[in-house]
Amino acid sequence: MELRKSYFADVRKDDLHEIGQPRPRSDSPGHVTGKTAFFADRNFPGMLHLKMVRSPHHHARIRSIDTSEAEKHPGVVRVLTAKDVPHNVNTILILIQIGPEDETVLADGKVRWKGEAVVAVLAETERAAQEAAAKVKVDYEVLPAVFDMEEALKPGAPLVNEYHGQNYYLYDSGECRKVRFGDVEAGFAGADHILEQSYQSSPIEHAPTETTGCVVTPEGNDRFTCYTNTQAMFFTLDNTSIILQMPGSKLHFVGGTVGGGFGGKVDVIVEPIAILGAKLTGRPVCFIYSREEEMQISSPRAAEKVVIKDGVMKDGRIVARKVTGYTDAGAYSRHSPYGAQKGAGHYPGPYTIPNVWIDTYCVYTNRTPSSAMRGFGVTIGDFALEVQMDKLARLIGMDPLEFRFINAYRDGDMKAHRQPTEGAALIECMQEASRAANWPVAEKFMAMSSYVKGV
Amino acid sequence: MAKVPVQFTLNGSEKAEFVDSGTTLLHALRDKIGDTSPKGGCHQGTCGACSVIIDGELRLSCLTLAETCDGAVISTTSGLSDSGVLHPLQRAFLDTFATQCGFCTPGMIMAAKVLLDHTPNPSRDEVVEALSGNICRCTGYEPIIQAVLTAARSNSQNAA
Repeated sequence: MELRKSYFADVRKDDLHEIGQPRPRSDSPGHVTGKTAFFADRNFPGMLHLKMVRSPHHHARIRSIDTSEAEKHPGVVRVLTAKDVPHNVNTILILIQIGPEDETVLADGKVRWKGEAVVAVLAETERAAQEAAAKVKVDYEVLPAVFDMEEALKPGAPLVNEYHGQNYYLYDSGECRKVRFGDVEAGFAGADHILEQSYQSSPIEHAPTETTGCVVTPEGNDRFTCYTNTQAMFFTLDNTSIILQMPGSKLHFVGGTVGGGFGGKVDVIVEPIAILGAKLTGRPVCFIYSREEEMQISSPRAAEKVVIKDGVMKDGRIVARKVTGYTDAGAYSRHSPYGAQKGAGHYPGPYTIPNVWIDTYCVYTNRTPSSAMRGFGVTIGDFALEVQMDKLARLIGMDPLEFRFINAYRDGDMKAHRQPTEGAALIECMQEASRAANWPVAEKFMAMSSYVKGV
Repeated sequence: MAKVPVQFTLNGSEKAEFVDSGTTLLHALRDKIGDTSPKGGCHQGTCGACSVIIDGELRLSCLTLAETCDGAVISTTSGLSDSGVLHPLQRAFLDTFATQCGFCTPGMIMAAKVLLDHTPNPSRDEVVEALSGNICRCTGYEPIIQAVLTAARSNSQNAA
């Protein structure tokens, strides 16, 4: 491996002698010998199994819940409903002062997506828990549901989540996150060509080989040890402490070993209810998603729609860009308002465009709540932007790589969201890509620099 | 419920357990005997994380009933190293960075071992075919294929 530090404006002087040298991973010996302890490898005597009764409807009012038959089922130790949860509100990002408090741990009065947790059953065996869960009777009044973001934003659409009062997240900037830079309409008016395209994506499931879950054991000293595969240990500690109204000093989380996460294990879902079960029964509790739950219940990457309108000159300069982005949060916020906000900052792409207008909406629908996944908020946007770049290059008959050189941001350029570009190295990266991919570009592009103006 | 006695050899040791009828071998190994190296990823025979070797053949322990294993000889990844010395496959997985999250690794190693036991010098295509029932969602397939080929080469060098 070759390390070239010269790509960057502030060339590093320190000696990076570790780069390019193989070093054994510290966790590999455990992996290859089967000794690595994943959370489900913990087993405690008397451990109970938790199974969740889930909503079969996309949107419904809960008229009544009857757990009497389930409680009588052999092996059942405890059945939990909303009234058993001390503070029945799940707010993942409360630790960093981002709400909203729009989701319950166990459904209270209403369900807003198919699969929403309603009743938790704790039993001696997984089978008993499963059988008893099937005996819980929930009387639902089915309500109209909405699954499409643009439908959800229309007047008269079914209201997904009363907390918000409308089917979008209200930012401090209003109904969407906004970026305004230059005069986009003047940019379009002066452009040689206009190209407007829309791009859409479906939800994507992380599908880790190890499903989401935790094992909790009550310790003798009134504390609880929770072995978990969360990717967000401190969000989990903080939220569990709030939900259970229990000081953090009573909670001991053991984790860090995750059998594939990819963002799918960032939501705090299984731990609070499992710890509550352990508290109320005094027994160890195991709550592991089945493969079906992992695919249907755990939050996927949000579905997105991106509408991009660009004004471009025959010489290759993009002079105006207007983007409307929609992020499908599903029924609850989880991390989606943050994802939609990231998109707003990102949509100009790594290009310097003098006139930019961006609106990004975080929309609520009666779908599985979406959340974090590898670069959420920008990944689908990048797909849309780069396809758009290729289409623009084709429109003006220009090589797509040369077209990107013309528009690439360089150090000192002001980005649309008012951050000056620093340490870009995009030109240098594309020059290297041109060589590596044997995709030659004109000499003037190979002579360009991210750091020297006019070259 | 009446328990069923089961006796088998696991990684060279005799094991005896009473299991409920219908208990999977995966459950018996992990929760009764305490060998947690086979992993439960799907419990429906699609991911390969629970792969073990029964009487020389690769088997999915999540679809194998424990009571059908009476008298069987069973190997798992936890029994592969000999007195702390890694098996060539384990060594190769380590050296070629063929693990990421590690959850699929024990099953991958079992699948690879059965391949090399039957086919000491496999082609790349044969390696791909042998691992085709094992899912690595970190998508580290290329290093895993390289690890199996590396282990095969080191085996044949040792034999020569």
